[in-house]
Amino acid sequence: MSKNNSSASSGGLRGKLNNMTDTNMLLMITIIAFFLMYIGAMIFLGGGFLRTQTFFNILNANAALIVLSCGLSLVMITGSIDISVGGVTALITMCCAVYLDNMGGNVAVSVLIALAIGLAFGAFQGALVAFLDIQPFIVTLAGMFFAKGMTTIVNSNPFNVSNESFTALKNTRIVVPGMGFVNPKGIYVDAYVEIGVIVALLVVVVMFCMLRWTKLGRAFYAVGGNVQSALMLGINVKKTRFLAHLFCGLLSGIGGYVYFLHSGNGAVTNAAGAEMNAIASSIIGGTMLTGGVGNIIGTFFGVLSFSTIQNIVTSAGLDEAWWTGITKAVILCLFLVIQSIVMSRKKK
Amino acid sequence: MQNHKSGFSAFLGKLVRQQYFIPLTALVLLALFNLIADPAFFKISITTNSAGNAVLSGTPITILDYGSELAILAIGMTLVTSASKGQDISVGAAVAIAGSFILRMLCGGDSSSGTLHMPIICAFLLGCVVAMLFGAFNGVLVAFFKIQPMIATLILYTAGRSIAAWFNNNELPIIKDATFSYIGGFIPGIPIPTPFFIAVLCMVIITLVLRFTNLRLYTEAVGINENSARLNGLNPSAIKILSFVILGLCVAVVGLIKVSRVSSINYSVIAKDIEMDAILAVALGGNSLSGGKFNMATSVMGAYIIQFLTQTLYKYKVPSEALPAYKAVVVILLVVMSAPTVREYFSNLMKKIKVKEAA
Amino acid sequence: MILEKQEVDLGVSEDIVLKMRNIHKRFPGVYALQGVDFTLRRGEIHALMGENGAGKSTLIKVLTGVYTKDEGEISIEGKTVAIHSPQQAQNAGISTVYQEITLCPNLSVAENMYIGRTAGIRQNWKKVNADADKILQSLDIPAKATQQLSSCSIAVQQMVAIARAVDMDCKVLILDEPTSSLDEQEVAKLFKLMRDLKARGVGIIFVTHFLDQVYEVCDRITVMRDGQLVGEYVIEDLPRVQLVSKMLGKELNDMDDISGEYQTYERKEGEAPVFEAQGLASDSGIKPFDFHINKGEVNGFTGLLGSGRSECVRAIFGADRVTHGSVKMNGKPVKITKPIDAMRNGIAYLPEDRKVDGIVGDLSVRDNLILAAQVLKGFMKPFSKAEANKFADEYIKLLSIKTASADTPIKSLSGGNQQKVIVARWLLTHPEYLILDEPTRGIDVGTKTDIQKLVLKLASEGMSVTFISSELDEMLRTCSRLVVMRDLNVVGELTGADMNQSKVMSTIAGGEKKNAES
Repeated sequence: MSKNNSSASSGGLRGKLNNMTDTNMLLMITIIAFFLMYIGAMIFLGGGFLRTQTFFNILNANAALIVLSCGLSLVMITGSIDISVGGVTALITMCCAVYLDNMGGNVAVSVLIALAIGLAFGAFQGALVAFLDIQPFIVTLAGMFFAKGMTTIVNSNPFNVSNESFTALKNTRIVVPGMGFVNPKGIYVDAYVEIGVIVALLVVVVMFCMLRWTKLGRAFYAVGGNVQSALMLGINVKKTRFLAHLFCGLLSGIGGYVYFLHSGNGAVTNAAGAEMNAIASSIIGGTMLTGGVGNIIGTFFGVLSFSTIQNIVTSAGLDEAWWTGITKAVILCLFLVIQSIVMSRKKK
Repeated sequence: MQNHKSGFSAFLGKLVRQQYFIPLTALVLLALFNLIADPAFFKISITTNSAGNAVLSGTPITILDYGSELAILAIGMTLVTSASKGQDISVGAAVAIAGSFILRMLCGGDSSSGTLHMPIICAFLLGCVVAMLFGAFNGVLVAFFKIQPMIATLILYTAGRSIAAWFNNNELPIIKDATFSYIGGFIPGIPIPTPFFIAVLCMVIITLVLRFTNLRLYTEAVGINENSARLNGLNPSAIKILSFVILGLCVAVVGLIKVSRVSSINYSVIAKDIEMDAILAVALGGNSLSGGKFNMATSVMGAYIIQFLTQTLYKYKVPSEALPAYKAVVVILLVVMSAPTVREYFSNLMKKIKVKEAA
Repeated sequence: MILEKQEVDLGVSEDIVLKMRNIHKRFPGVYALQGVDFTLRRGEIHALMGENGAGKSTLIKVLTGVYTKDEGEISIEGKTVAIHSPQQAQNAGISTVYQEITLCPNLSVAENMYIGRTAGIRQNWKKVNADADKILQSLDIPAKATQQLSSCSIAVQQMVAIARAVDMDCKVLILDEPTSSLDEQEVAKLFKLMRDLKARGVGIIFVTHFLDQVYEVCDRITVMRDGQLVGEYVIEDLPRVQLVSKMLGKELNDMDDISGEYQTYERKEGEAPVFEAQGLASDSGIKPFDFHINKGEVNGFTGLLGSGRSECVRAIFGADRVTHGSVKMNGKPVKITKPIDAMRNGIAYLPEDRKVDGIVGDLSVRDNLILAAQVLKGFMKPFSKAEANKFADEYIKLLSIKTASADTPIKSLSGGNQQKVIVARWLLTHPEYLILDEPTRGIDVGTKTDIQKLVLKLASEGMSVTFISSELDEMLRTCSRLVVMRDLNVVGELTGADMNQSKVMSTIAGGEKKNAES
């Protein structure tokens, strides 16, 4: 339904849309699609979707995914890919969990550990991709397997963290003023978000500004748009590519810790398939796999759309576990094919 | 002295250029390591299995047994790599689909009865069709929509296990028929595991196909120069799809073996991480991961060597979940070694050394 | 207008901005630049002309730092400069605008003008946008600073590239075939901009294949051929027929006398042409054309590079997507939409670009040789090893291909031998109609003659051959009929007595300045 609407509106606005940049056009479509979908869900499914907390829970549950998707959008804009983010997240949760519980560490250091792991992966993968010109897919596929393997080497059994200062942090709830709701018993309940959401929103803002207004940000777009041109324009392509992977690594460090804050446990199954969710969210948010096109705000809404779709699928009664997997894949497939068609049309 | 040295280095150079060099070196290194660390690794004994048959057992037999699955996948993966310049990362998920579908056909609607509702061969053939269709799906995404193979197959990689669970309504069908377990186990009276025979059969078939059709010429031509292939009357899209369909067939065979081993299926675990092993087998076989000319024999060798590596790691109590970490290191080593920039660097280094020698 | 031009010429003509002296550049097997001189004056538009392999693109690449010269000296405004990278070239004041836009289409116009020029992280985008708008306005370029580049037309994109160059204080502006994808109006706008820049004192090197355009905007012409300088001329002193003759390396005077040795062809009565096309056009941009070839005839498409001669044969073979027209083989209508259709109808096509479209580099000579015949024979019917070896040996001997063995990868052969393998590939399919697009490009003289002899021999055996070459000599020697092309149109057909160099060249050159009148 939402698809029909958006395509109809794009038909009417064709003249205006043609003048729009690729990035802006895809962004608009994503945002409109998200709102249509959410409002549609409120009207037709009602129930949970009418409660504000449902929306904030989507945010709470997907804060880590938002951060990871920002990283993926960045590498995809540069024309590369990183599929190790899920594995790295799992590794981070496990390392931090082991450090906090078995080694009695403190929270601040655990954050540093998370960032260090992310940066290490980013730097190593980035170096192989940028300086040795190895296919990013193979490199980060190996990275993903390495991270997952390392997770079980660090500790093979999943366990919940009981470190007090960590659990205190984990359970911190930030009230969203004025967005609460009245529960069936007639009591007003405040709506809340977790710390991770604040971090994720910060990441979105910082990344958006970086990509939009700094020279480096524009260099990412330039390299993704056309490597040859970027070279001719005097951009250091290798360095730019390396930095993209490094930043993505850093973001998987942050995302990993945000995930850890939400789940509160260390497990190899943590963030399973997160790379695919992040890629799908970025693509839905208008980032092109071919590079050069994308917008962090779009990615943010991409994550929201992607998880809302899953919520809708579940609420619509298709709650068997496999439906989520299949829906995700169908959505990804749909967007990949649309992008491919858009690209081939553009060439003509 | 000088002469002798240069003759020797020329010989070495020639050896290194051979495609058999990488897998053979890996094999020798692994064998030597195990021989020194613990010769019992190679011990083969005759034991009686649960079905009461006298069968061979021991690590080498396990390698033959499980390596065979990998070898079958490596055949298809080699073709896909050659034609599409990328790899299929959905094979593990596709194995789950094929296995689940075969079980579903065998059980009919009733997952607990354990009786066969149709001959195994029929179920298998239907499984082949399904797996080939999924292969064709990947192929179409790659060939017509020009999506990079790894991204395109990411779709099935995500959905595969869900689809497998959906086929059987998330139930775990159990087959009680004894003949079915022969496929992944032992045929009474034959002490060698059946998967090995199946792998040999597959190898014979692919050898015959490569011998009596133009599959090799067409695939390599498309992988090396798509423009030229088209101007010589080939249809590159069709050939890419064909390679994915053949991989689908290989996947169905492995699916059959996998479900036969346990006479059931576990959707989340079956053929887990096997895509990594299959890609590794192709790379270890000295084939370029960016397409073009391929050597099937070395890929198959690569597959058995990967299994050798796996068994060696098991032997030293590396848990199965941790294996990917080690294999990832091997992959990185292989791709770094074969990266053009690295090769150039080393050949320059060699030249410098030679210049110094001459001076 | 004309007055203005002369003023500029007289005023600063001796003010030399760029001087290249005695430039040499060797590649493995090719001596690409053999002591070339080139001089550019301030405020002039200087055309650099030459056919394929003349060395003009090598010269440009040496100047822009893509290649490093082996010998010679480059000086800018009297100061010797060392140029080893595109960056150094830019710093020295040399900017290039290529045919393929080398800007990032996904960035804004202003970003494209300023990115990569200064260090640091932050950029004051307000100021940048304002600056960009100012320059765009002053150059009268119809684009806004904040507009995304891909939303501009190709012509405007090119102008933005020029604006970037101008803003970088360039002294030498190289325009490498900027007009090949522009329509007439866009070309006019570009020329206006070029004249503006000229008035500002920028020296412009203009590379193009379109003669009309050269005579419309240029002040001077430097002609190159076979890696050597032919000469530098003031435009008024060099009529276009002269220019064509200099590019092709034939003096006008010594042409007419040798026409006797050329081929003639007598068509047998009542015989339908082997191949016949009506109104054929493809998505490559060629205008619909009619064409036919008879049994045993050798004809050719001629015209300067980029005139559409390759596009014609690609359309015949179905290599480009055919959009219009119908074709007949031996009088019967056939449908050719993809190469395999053409091959089944007995057409063979040796593509222009051997590396990109011809050879399958990693495959052996044998595999390359049998490829087309094998595809024709079918997927399930491979040649036996013995057959393949027999074919390979036969053709290696027949065409005297120099290769270590039939197993050698074709990429390790020399260009000429690679070409012979591709010729052999198509002979093996026993075609009725053979199309050879530049079979003699980039190969040694011996092989060139071999190929021409082979063409004549095949024709005498009844094969129809279309032969395309940048060297007019070769075409006149082998063809009995020439289809002349200019700017993607068929503009004439020459047979018999008309088949001489001066006639061909005057047809290629076309009428003097039709555009100027309109």
